[in-house]
Amino acid sequence: MSLDSLYQQVILEHSKERHGSGFEARPADAESPAHGESHQLNPVCGDEVTVRVEARDGTIASLRWEGHGCSISMASASVLHDLAEGTTAEEFHELVDAFRDMVRSRGKVLGDPDVLGDAAAFEGVSRYVARVKCAMIAWVAAEDAARQAGV
Amino acid sequence: MALVSIPATLRLPAGAEIDDAEAERIRHDFPALSQEVNGHPLVYLDSGATSQKPRSVLEAEQDFYETRNAAVHRGAHELAVRATDAYEDARANVAAFVGAEPEELVWTSNATEALNLVAYALSNASVWAARGRGGDEVRRFALGPGDEIVVTELEHHANLIPWQELAFRTGAALRHIPIDDDGRLDLAEAARIIGPRTRVVAFSHASNVLGSVSPVEELVALARRADALVVLDACQSAPHMPVDVKALDVDFAAFSGHKMLAPTGIGALYGRAELLDALPPFLVGGSMITTVTMERAEYLPAPQRFEAGTQRISQAVALSAAVDYLRETGMARIAAREAVLGARLAEGIAAVDGVRLLGPAPGEEWYGHARFGLAAFDVDGVHAHDVGQYLDSLGIAVRVGHHCAQPLHRRLGLTASTRASAYLYTTEADVDAFLAGLAEVRRYFGASARAAR
Repeated sequence: MSLDSLYQQVILEHSKERHGSGFEARPADAESPAHGESHQLNPVCGDEVTVRVEARDGTIASLRWEGHGCSISMASASVLHDLAEGTTAEEFHELVDAFRDMVRSRGKVLGDPDVLGDAAAFEGVSRYVARVKCAMIAWVAAEDAARQAGV
Repeated sequence: MALVSIPATLRLPAGAEIDDAEAERIRHDFPALSQEVNGHPLVYLDSGATSQKPRSVLEAEQDFYETRNAAVHRGAHELAVRATDAYEDARANVAAFVGAEPEELVWTSNATEALNLVAYALSNASVWAARGRGGDEVRRFALGPGDEIVVTELEHHANLIPWQELAFRTGAALRHIPIDDDGRLDLAEAARIIGPRTRVVAFSHASNVLGSVSPVEELVALARRADALVVLDACQSAPHMPVDVKALDVDFAAFSGHKMLAPTGIGALYGRAELLDALPPFLVGGSMITTVTMERAEYLPAPQRFEAGTQRISQAVALSAAVDYLRETGMARIAAREAVLGARLAEGIAAVDGVRLLGPAPGEEWYGHARFGLAAFDVDGVHAHDVGQYLDSLGIAVRVGHHCAQPLHRRLGLTASTRASAYLYTTEADVDAFLAGLAEVRRYFGASARAAR
């Protein structure tokens, strides 16, 4: 089991670039988009992620996050931001389900880049059981925030 | 306090030190240490979390089940007699190891349960006193509004949360002795905080994060002046240095077997005899009573008073074998060896670019004590979990996270750290392999300026 299969280059880059990190002031939008926010904590290591979702017409208009934690948790939040914005409810839940199936599969389910894009790079995480929660934390927060926003 | 902790100037007679050659011989007694992990020989630097076990301990537990297994303190048959003898001999042996009398040592599942036992016994005393049960003997333990419990800011959660909950149940206030930016206890503040209202002072003998040994003598003196009970968390001291609870003059002390070569599931509480016999019990049920009616029960004196139900017999026997192993090796020699390994860890960690060593700086003594064989650190730009994962890929086992000390980490401006901890079987080669791995971590994760994998 090579460490590089866990820490793929795309993961290390996302962990530093952190796409979608930082909250902007909510726009005083006349349409007042549906809003959801969820904070998740991993009590084992103290990692924390808060995800905010704004939805319009059943589509995720914005998904941003703030948090601190290991490279896996930060990179998975960054990748999630890139993939989730602009998805319909159906696409979003397909994405989350495919990601969850992969990282919880203990190496049995390979990542399909057509479905998961950069998130396919997390397939190595599934062989490191102790790190599955790190990969999932932002996605669990996003699911909860999206539900609140009616997606 | 010459009998306790690591004397700063400890010099063993020439040739008496545990050197690498002896550590190598010791390793042969520990089957778990001679294996490969992730394609590398295992470098086990997580003894602060739990120690590995020598064959003599594993065999003692198996031998108990093969030759003496029976319930203790009941039944008249031969096996029951043998089991009871083994169980009580173990108690006497482990009690002597920490300088206590046999009846002053209560078996528990672990140190957490031992600390909860004290907190719940005090809480039960408060209830008994409020309801007129037990007389003056119990009333002196009762806590209520206006009373104070004092801990320190660096405590393990096991020596913090039981006191939070005791304060909640009784209306007493919980106060803490603060630490400075480095983690050093503010003893001037301690002298202000520990006062006439203080009923309990609870603190750790050796820090599981900082690697420092606490100023027990000073804190006990403050507690005595206030006529408060002293509870010592000896989890990180009993395995690693000579501990004499009478010389330390503490009222209670808790430690865990699994950190000192014994199996999980066994720990102990030392309590001064007159205190243990006067305190109400914590867990109640079989084996701890004299007479029982449908309305009420009378309780045995300590230690049986605190040992309800079928006990951890094979584990106690195995802890006794562990104590034999430690005693034969010599606790003063183990402490001196760990001071050497602790210094090697601290110097090596502090020398790595972008790494912050927690606790005493290399060569620094706090309260007159050198660092014991444990060092935690923060790697700038790399999360502790990633540090641990990288080292694991090299077969090096360390602890990552907050080490059950969230308030301490928060005070140091961290959420997590990485910790390397040594024991009597740790070699200098183990420490050096770890330091070589640590030197590569920031480069691997692209956190250093010269970066790039």
